[in-house]
Amino acid sequence: MLYLQLFLAFLKVGLFSIGGGYAAIPIIASGVVEGYGWITEAEFADLMTVAEMTPGPIAVNSATFVGMRLLGVPGALVATAGCILPSCIIVSVLFWAYYKYKGLSFLNSVLSALRACVVGLIAAAGLKLLVTALYVGSGSEKTLDPVQLFIFLTAFIALYSKKVNPIPVMLLSGFLGLFIHILIP
Amino acid sequence: MKKLFKLFLDMLYISSFTFGGGFVIVSIMKKKFVDEEKLITEEEMIDFTAIAQSSPGAIAVNAAILVGRRCAGWPGMAVAVVGTVIPPIVIISVISFFYKVFASNTYVALTLKGMGAGVAAVVLDVACSLLFAEVKGRNVIHIILTVCAFAATYFFGINVIIIIFAAALVGILTNVLKKKGGA
Repeated sequence: MLYLQLFLAFLKVGLFSIGGGYAAIPIIASGVVEGYGWITEAEFADLMTVAEMTPGPIAVNSATFVGMRLLGVPGALVATAGCILPSCIIVSVLFWAYYKYKGLSFLNSVLSALRACVVGLIAAAGLKLLVTALYVGSGSEKTLDPVQLFIFLTAFIALYSKKVNPIPVMLLSGFLGLFIHILIP
Repeated sequence: MKKLFKLFLDMLYISSFTFGGGFVIVSIMKKKFVDEEKLITEEEMIDFTAIAQSSPGAIAVNAAILVGRRCAGWPGMAVAVVGTVIPPIVIISVISFFYKVFASNTYVALTLKGMGAGVAAVVLDVACSLLFAEVKGRNVIHIILTVCAFAATYFFGINVIIIIFAAALVGILTNVLKKKGGA
């Protein structure tokens, strides 16, 4: 029975979180933490920290963590399945509609407006990530970290002019950060 | 079969090393499937981003569904989704036993901090190439839309879904006006 509850709880997360991770957090908090009490508030806070530090969507990370806690690996799989099922159905329908109606002049205008909008959103996301990465410290005492700036510029030049693949660039940026901090304490 | 296996491995690889929110993984998918493997067009990938962002669920999973289906039909969708969720399932399952040690480790924190600068570079690189392509298009309405979308989220913190719906409305309006002008 717990399997079904777990599945349904994360189905709800998958169905109602529009806009990614930050939309999923309050739904997970109200269902899994306050509703069922499957994990404590403190554990939830830890989970959010770990989810930020590991790859993968926050909803999938949370489903795995809670499922694992309650029922081990099968629990993790059931919770994750619940979490992604609504996406699989809804996005498949949208995929079908996209290719069927893409040629219509009406939808064409909408899509070209959306494309322009998405370009702005990606630029804003990139700039936000940059500010977070470069300015370290807390509150009003944030300062520009020259090491981070150096890593960013190196990575950007490698990507932009040398066309290096993004994943090696990200991993090397991490190691570069670690080495520089060890060398210059 | 070989195509499906390749798609699965690509998704597994991308999902294993992509830190940060939905726009990061979408940027990396663009570099992989549009620029490198040329399996989908840039236009489609941008449309996929809008669909993934405005549908319920995790953006990475939504984008994997679209890219997988486009590259290899229903089986492609299945392998792309499985490839996307395996890394977080494995990593979180393992870490759930010692997450306190992991979360407070200084070396992990330093590596992730440096990685943050690299992730910003990846997303901004993709943003620059898209911006250049748009400026070349010389469509004034589109350029204004891009600037407005940027300002709305960056300076005013307006919810992305609302911005996408507003842009869709602008699209509807331009279509109606175009028809009136043509008639």
